[in-house]
Amino acid sequence: MYNLPELNTAGNTIPNRQAICDTLMAAAAADRDVIALCSDSRGSASMTPFFSAFPEQSVEVGIAEQNLVSIAAGLASCGKKPFAFSPACFLSTRSYEQAKIDCAYSDTNTTLIGISGGVSYGALGMSHHSAQDIAAMAAIPNMRVYLPSDRHQTKRLIQALLQDKKCAYVRVGRNPVEDIYREEDCPFEMNKAVVLGNTDRPDAAIVACGEMVRPAIGAAKLLEAEGIHAAVLDMYCVKPLDTEAILTLAPIVKGFVTVEEHAPFGGLGSMVSQTVAANCPRRVINMALPDAPVITGTSREVFDTYGLNAEGIAARVREIVK
Amino acid sequence: MENRELAQLAYELRKKTVDVIVGAKAGHIGGDMSVMDILVMLYFKHMNISPENQNDPGRDRFVLSKGHSVESYYTVLSEKGFFSYETYRDTFSAYGSEFIGHPHNSLPGVEMNSGSLGHGLPVSTGMAIAGKMDKADYRVYTVMGDGELAEGSVWEGAMAAGHYHLDNLCAVVDRNGLQISGTTEDVMSHEPLADRFSSFGWHVIECDGNDMDALDAAFTEAKAFKGKPSVVIAHTVKGCGSPVMENKAPWHHKVPSAEEYAQIETDLEAREEALRHV
Repeated sequence: MYNLPELNTAGNTIPNRQAICDTLMAAAAADRDVIALCSDSRGSASMTPFFSAFPEQSVEVGIAEQNLVSIAAGLASCGKKPFAFSPACFLSTRSYEQAKIDCAYSDTNTTLIGISGGVSYGALGMSHHSAQDIAAMAAIPNMRVYLPSDRHQTKRLIQALLQDKKCAYVRVGRNPVEDIYREEDCPFEMNKAVVLGNTDRPDAAIVACGEMVRPAIGAAKLLEAEGIHAAVLDMYCVKPLDTEAILTLAPIVKGFVTVEEHAPFGGLGSMVSQTVAANCPRRVINMALPDAPVITGTSREVFDTYGLNAEGIAARVREIVK
Repeated sequence: MENRELAQLAYELRKKTVDVIVGAKAGHIGGDMSVMDILVMLYFKHMNISPENQNDPGRDRFVLSKGHSVESYYTVLSEKGFFSYETYRDTFSAYGSEFIGHPHNSLPGVEMNSGSLGHGLPVSTGMAIAGKMDKADYRVYTVMGDGELAEGSVWEGAMAAGHYHLDNLCAVVDRNGLQISGTTEDVMSHEPLADRFSSFGWHVIECDGNDMDALDAAFTEAKAFKGKPSVVIAHTVKGCGSPVMENKAPWHHKVPSAEEYAQIETDLEAREEALRHV
């Protein structure tokens, strides 16, 4: 277990998508099989520098997400290492069958990068929200699902994905998020949650992924001041879920709170609940977006509306511990 | 092999395919019969694919987009030596079998899984882009059904292949004119099909898809044509080989009765025999 990190307020301006571009550019310079594909999304994906620097390793498919994924899979079957970028809302559901058959079922080394995930496009409506992507992608056999929490973890994840030969779906948000880790201090093990907390015997555990990790840590700090110890599991690896990390804590804690920028069904909360219920029953409270079109607003406004912030999470942990 | 011998082989492989379908009591016999000459011409004359070079990066690539014609495809692959025909015939669609009812790349010789329509052309476009990136001289072939052309993803792939001038890509349309509910033109019309492909930046070749000389010429022309991907619109007869099933929509996936089977075998043998005396 790592100590709860100080919550950085340095005003990071580098979004996770840009961290992906930087990591892939470093890799592409040394490996001509590293390929980026965009669906008229290179600007949104922060991938313009890659397309400019490596035109021979870039493929533009136009506004055609199904084609994006199938072409990426075809490239992968010929030995390329394709990373296909598109807004998560379109990539995860419009291209769903291509992800299922051409990536996962055919077992190609294709990485799908869902950009502007969750409610990043808060004011643009449900068409532009990806609140189903975890459920959809996790339901595909052989598809892995990752939601990194900050730019340093994103970099480590992409570096790891460059080394293996299986398909994966990665979701990142549009806006910069404050650092949780530091460049030189970013604990990362593939498919292992980062377990954060100040004691080995916490009262409760908060399991979060992506942009919800930061408010989860914030909640743990609020609770710490009240004498309630909450561990935080940065479950960037939603699939394969790090069940060991969950089940190590389950006998110790009174319960779990899961937090995700996703619909309430089929996502992180469902998966954690399944694991806990089957192995070591404890109360599990799932925090998520509603089963309804979400309110119009910025990500922050949306999160605050549904209690997906430090105060809201802390309140749910208190329900478990009281 | 001479084209006449390839035509004979195609009838022999039709018989073996019918045996698989009758044995398994499952399969898509109509499209298997229409596409057989195309597969035989590609695998035995035009494509550089064999069990010996199946892992060679320079091999030609093939994707069966109309994955439901898996029975004829697997018969051809077994004839090429990728796996045992007998094992395939005896276990096709059986409990636990690797010989699933649609192509699966756990089997040697199969590049990509298919079964849902509209995937083969976009995937092949990716393969052809990879070939261009690597300045490799392999070619990519994909065979689609004509009913399949109603899938929008086909045209996304066609658009990209035209845009990128993928002259190392050759798509084939098994234009038998029928799909499960009736004629393609009644269900969802595709004509003017040649114009449609042409307007997407493709070189279009039309031929009799059950005539080996015509197919041979078509694939030779496609290989020689530079600057655009080629599509061979192969006009075929669904159920080709026996009047019992020829041009009859219900034979999309009908399993022959004992009586029908006997007649089909007789008809296929007669066609094969006739070729011996040409």
